[in-house]
Amino acid sequence: MSEASIKVSVLRYRPEQDQQPVWQDYSVPYTDDLSLLTALNYIKDELDGTLSFRWSCRQAICGSCGMMVDGKPQLACKTFLRDYPSGVKVEALAHFPIERDLVVVMDSFIEKLESVKPYLIPKDARALEQGEYLQTPAEMDVYSQFAGCINCMLCYAACPQVGLNPDFIGPGAIALLQRYNLDSRDGGADVRKALINSEVGVFNCTAVGYCSEVCPKMVDPANAVNINKMASAKDFFFRFLPINDKEGCK
Amino acid sequence: MSARKPYIRPMTGWWRRDPFFVEYMVHEGTAFFVLAYALELLAGVLCLASGESAWNAYRAVSGSAVMLLINFAILLMMFYHGYTWFKIMPRTLPPIIISGQRLNAPIITIAGIVVAVLASSLLLAVIYFLARGV
Repeated sequence: MSEASIKVSVLRYRPEQDQQPVWQDYSVPYTDDLSLLTALNYIKDELDGTLSFRWSCRQAICGSCGMMVDGKPQLACKTFLRDYPSGVKVEALAHFPIERDLVVVMDSFIEKLESVKPYLIPKDARALEQGEYLQTPAEMDVYSQFAGCINCMLCYAACPQVGLNPDFIGPGAIALLQRYNLDSRDGGADVRKALINSEVGVFNCTAVGYCSEVCPKMVDPANAVNINKMASAKDFFFRFLPINDKEGCK
Repeated sequence: MSARKPYIRPMTGWWRRDPFFVEYMVHEGTAFFVLAYALELLAGVLCLASGESAWNAYRAVSGSAVMLLINFAILLMMFYHGYTWFKIMPRTLPPIIISGQRLNAPIITIAGIVVAVLASSLLLAVIYFLARGV
């Protein structure tokens, strides 16, 4: 009995032998519930053990398996091959250097995440005996959307400005920055402002808006970036006024 | 010695890679038509300042079939430019909360378009009545 199969084309790059990436086709047994990640694991386990890709949770929460699927940034675990009846082309996330096959070099992304100081910088220091910082559900609602980011980097692969200027801190890191700026317990907006206003800051964004379209967790990084453009412009024009906004880029 | 040799893909032709980018370039491109119309109006102001004969020449050129056709094309491009401008507007605004609910994106876009249409209609009406000397 011959079983149905589907073609998966992968952009291979093996630095020890390839001068540049090359396409390689694989034929994978097809079922209606076959995800791209399962197909890649089939290739690795049964057809070609040299294929490299990152993955972990299989349920769109770890953010490891981001890749370009027919040219669009997607999570492999959230992509089902029933939506690609004539086969699928897979390559490493755009706008990142390829380390090997579908694995990208993500050092710059990690550095950008660190640069936004993604932790609470308390407004008022509290002693241990004063207990925890309290927050109401309404206060949490203000930033919770931006806290949904899983660092999958799909928004970077969707942002042509990141591709054109790799120093731009980019949509994901700015969404994370906004998550902390909006937190009622945080007082670090002023400290983060220098980065927002800098050459690598928000004004690299030209409002393409694709970052928010591709986000698998419904975060709206384009909104975080554009709100901070307004805050940065206000900061520039009103900085001489005595009523300077001490809250910064809120 | 490290065997690492990260490969950087070129960005050449990036805007042709995805229909989303093509649409982005088209709607950004319509800004040139907005610029063209601004220059056309500026030319009118300069002609008006230069005297009656210049102004009449400007009016004659403006009324020619070619200019009417060009202006019609500009009008269509401005409609598209305006539409895409309001479409991206929700992404540029801080959240608008009305009675505990966040206003969703399509409502902001539609509200923007409605306000723009009303304001344009009002302006047209004022110009129409001014032109008729009412």
